[in-house]
Amino acid sequence: MYLHFGVPLALTIFGIGIVAAMFGLQKLLSPSNPYQRKVMPYECGEPPTGRAWINFNVRFYLIALIFVVFEVEVAFVYPIAAVYLDWVRRGQRLYALVEILIFLLILFVGLIYVWVKHDLEWVKKVPE
Amino acid sequence: MEPLAIYQRLKERFADRVVEISESKPDPFCVVDPAAIVEVARFMRDDPELAMDCLSNESGVDYKDRIEVVYHLFSYRLRHGAVLKVRLARDNPRVHTLEELWKSANWMEREIFDLLGVTFEGHSDLRRILMPEDWPGFPLRKDFVEPLEYHGISTVRESPIIRLDTKKK
Amino acid sequence: MSLLNTLPDYVLTTKTDELLNWMRKSSIWYMLFGLACCAIELMHTGGPRADIDRFGASPRASARQSDLMIVAGTLTLKMALRTRLLYDQMPEPRYVIAMGSCASCGGLFQLAYSVCDGVDKIVPVDVYVPGCPPRPEALTEGILKLQEKIMTERWLTRSNGARPQVTAA
Repeated sequence: MYLHFGVPLALTIFGIGIVAAMFGLQKLLSPSNPYQRKVMPYECGEPPTGRAWINFNVRFYLIALIFVVFEVEVAFVYPIAAVYLDWVRRGQRLYALVEILIFLLILFVGLIYVWVKHDLEWVKKVPE
Repeated sequence: MEPLAIYQRLKERFADRVVEISESKPDPFCVVDPAAIVEVARFMRDDPELAMDCLSNESGVDYKDRIEVVYHLFSYRLRHGAVLKVRLARDNPRVHTLEELWKSANWMEREIFDLLGVTFEGHSDLRRILMPEDWPGFPLRKDFVEPLEYHGISTVRESPIIRLDTKKK
Repeated sequence: MSLLNTLPDYVLTTKTDELLNWMRKSSIWYMLFGLACCAIELMHTGGPRADIDRFGASPRASARQSDLMIVAGTLTLKMALRTRLLYDQMPEPRYVIAMGSCASCGGLFQLAYSVCDGVDKIVPVDVYVPGCPPRPEALTEGILKLQEKIMTERWLTRSNGARPQVTAA
């Protein structure tokens, strides 16, 4: 019964194994000789000026936030789509469909809000 | 207009400030008093008969007893050109900048400052442009002695072919 | 935890060394360090006709991602300081090719006040490619010579022909 988990298990082992092998070979075989001038921040040959931490625009945070919300929504829809045929065979397809549509509708309202408030535009037009 | 006619017009306007008009071939030039160079240059730019709208070149020359700054002016509208020269003392050469009249004078005067040591009064950003900021001396002067090393890098390379005899040049 | 320079002499590491050196020589990524006219020939060498991409050499703009610095062109004293810093910021194993006569010995401009006579005053050079400028075929041969040099390196044994570690400048 648990045999169909063999494939993801093999994939996990291979993935971790290959990455571990690459890191391991690097630790064994690569030369490492850090000294002060070598690890200085790279500025095309000039001694670095200014701070390394600078302010960056809040648009990046907004885009990341909106992306995460809708990505999680997509992640929730995938299992429903995977087992939908079982629900169809049991004759409860309308029930499942309406349930998933209500879930999507709630998040769709959120998308409308973000759209109307011009948060999807990179350059937000300020009303004159 | 011919260059000599341009210089005659200058002489009529600034009688005492024009020091010399030389008729050397192929380029006759006009030597101007250093204190009056801004006035003369402004007249050359604004006068409708001369209308020199382009300072095409500005360079410095080191003679043994003086340093000269040479201005090549050109007019696109009237298609004629002229040469002005200014003679400066060698120990502390100073002259007023022409940056307000022609923007191209900015970098050209920086180059003359860098390589010959002429100070341009009123220049907005007078610093070295070709040599490194901490270079000692002015390389294009006749009495410039090359330093033997710069930041630990020696400037001499032993060569079996060339004898570096610094006395003869 | 590193295995470099650890194994004693009686351990034969021929095949491992061959494998490692083959991997390193087959993908020498060079930094675009064209300073003057030799840069044109460097671009041609990377171009379609005399292609060094067939040897695995790909141009990189950053020193952090390259293992070869081809100094192509005249090195002035002002640039020499930056060149040393860029060489320091390359990860090891790193190699330098001095391309052209200006990078090898100062070339045509050896007696000039602002020129650093040869890049080997600042960084250790592996291959000198003479020419003014060297043809793309000459630079390709320089890279092949460098590949031969890479094949002779021994990183794993204790007494090795490997490159000396470059510590603080």
